[in-house]
Amino acid sequence: MDRRRFLSRVTIGLSGAIAALVGVPIVGYLIAPLFEREQDTYVAVGDTAKFQPGTTTLVQFDDPSPLAWAGQTAKTALWVRSISETSFQVFNVNCTHLGCPVDWRSQAKLFLCPCHGGVYYEDGTVAGGPPPRPLFERAWRVEAGKLMVKTQRLPTPGGGAP
Amino acid sequence: MSRLVGAIGRWLGLRFELEDSVGAVLTHPVPAALEGPVGWWYVFGSATLAMFVVQVVTGVGLAMTYVPAPNSAYESLQFISGQATLGGVLRGIHFFGAGAMVVLVLVHMTQVFLFGSYKFPREANWMSGSLLLLATLAMAFTGQLLRWDQDAFWSIVVAAEQAARAPIIGGFLATLVVAGQNVGGATLTRFYATHVFLIPAAIFGLLGLHLYLVIKRGISEPPVPGERVDTRTYLARYKELLRRGIPFYPDAAVRDAVVSFVAVLAVVALAVVAGAPMLGKPPDPTIIVADPRPDWYFIGYFALLAIIPKGLESLVIIGLPALAFGFLFLLPLIRPRGERHPSRRPMALAAVGLGVLVYGALTVAGFSASWVPVSTEGASLPAAVLGGLGPHETAGAQLFVQKDCFACHQIAGAGGRRGPELGDIAARLSHDQIVTTILNGKGQAMPSFAGAFTPEELADLVAFLETRRGP
Repeated sequence: MDRRRFLSRVTIGLSGAIAALVGVPIVGYLIAPLFEREQDTYVAVGDTAKFQPGTTTLVQFDDPSPLAWAGQTAKTALWVRSISETSFQVFNVNCTHLGCPVDWRSQAKLFLCPCHGGVYYEDGTVAGGPPPRPLFERAWRVEAGKLMVKTQRLPTPGGGAP
Repeated sequence: MSRLVGAIGRWLGLRFELEDSVGAVLTHPVPAALEGPVGWWYVFGSATLAMFVVQVVTGVGLAMTYVPAPNSAYESLQFISGQATLGGVLRGIHFFGAGAMVVLVLVHMTQVFLFGSYKFPREANWMSGSLLLLATLAMAFTGQLLRWDQDAFWSIVVAAEQAARAPIIGGFLATLVVAGQNVGGATLTRFYATHVFLIPAAIFGLLGLHLYLVIKRGISEPPVPGERVDTRTYLARYKELLRRGIPFYPDAAVRDAVVSFVAVLAVVALAVVAGAPMLGKPPDPTIIVADPRPDWYFIGYFALLAIIPKGLESLVIIGLPALAFGFLFLLPLIRPRGERHPSRRPMALAAVGLGVLVYGALTVAGFSASWVPVSTEGASLPAAVLGGLGPHETAGAQLFVQKDCFACHQIAGAGGRRGPELGDIAARLSHDQIVTTILNGKGQAMPSFAGAFTPEELADLVAFLETRRGP
């Protein structure tokens, strides 16, 4: 290897090393959300007595560990269908087509989506329109008379978490 | 005065050697044919560039006040739009400028396509241009999200849900779009950084390359029917053409200036007259009554999402844009030679016509959004329908609205347009057929209402519907 070839390799090698030195931390920083562990906590959304059997109501709760500047986006809304005093269905508000918020029409007993016209029955099954699957449900349990629901990432057609 | 300016100009020119840099670029020769009326077709690239500069300048201005934090962004935009001196005008220019830029990029691209200017030796111009189109659309989309109202919030959710449809990496993409588990504290700052740093950096780079290539490869001569691009002879022929060329500045540049001026004037006038776009409701995920819509140039895509046949969603949402962009990007490699004049390229003309027609139709469909149930809050059927009804039929007419039949069905011009018009339903269906359709539903769109009616209510509703025998 002659001198010039050697110098050229050193130059290119060092430049690559500079890119790697800075690149690894910045890329790691940017894709960090991928390695975040899913929050696996249950939060109270209300006394079970509050939910009349046969009704579906909107509940909301705050992210248990929000960023200080999250503002109102730290809130989450869910639909709770009360089947009996001890039996519930908890639905994400997101339409399974593309995620828009579905609205419960208590008289028609249907969930309607404002974006592309998805319709669901009160048990979350698809009644019409483009949704490919029933509304996403959340795990729930009752603790000391309170309905607790699981916090969860944004549900997607693939099934939620990657 | 002009003598002083001239002296300063000469001093600077000599010290900075502007003669062979800026001077050479400004006066580079372009085909003499551009002096004729055909030259007016060559103005859209410059107009797009002018609009980009407007966007950068107004964007910097907005960034001086906009607070990219989820708990303050909405309020800071309200302040900019309502209270800051000229803030509403600035936001208006940025908003209408965004629309203008999307339109101008597409018009520029269409002209280049129809003139066959993407062919040899300008393939890389076209390819860098198609990347700039992508970047412009990305700017338009991320910009709408920074409005951080209810529409913006749900648009991010929709974007994440679309990203999630990608094979294998979909889940990862969705997580990266919202920057966490849900749209929240980390989401807005990422879109902000993407909108003001990342994509603009890419645009500056691509734009530099694009303009460099325009100067180096030269502006294409107007196409002549029968004059085919031959990769062996084109360069020599073009060189010969430029020998008799005219200087870009000021001979051709004056038209660019005229059109750019008109475009910017239109944008500023719209901003002054119409002002900044209204903000929607605040980005509160618990306000469920929402009607999220993208800005007007994306409404056609919004409509497309509604009419995708069931089961093909992932294919259309991910596959169609990927395929369309791939085709656009690779077009000059597929067709580098041959006829340039549109009269000899009927397929090219048809493609443009079809594209405009299809997207136009989708846009019209998107604005009427007939697939969306209409709100029944405070709605009622027209008095002409209610007159002369018996007590049960009147109760049925009220149930028609209350139970959301109204949301999807029209009677006498009132109601949604998702399902069929019911003004003549009794003439089309028997009593039993009406009852069966309500109880069991019908096809993909009509749900079963078996659980929503008591037998008495159903009898009332059907009694009302049986009075609907058409005009």
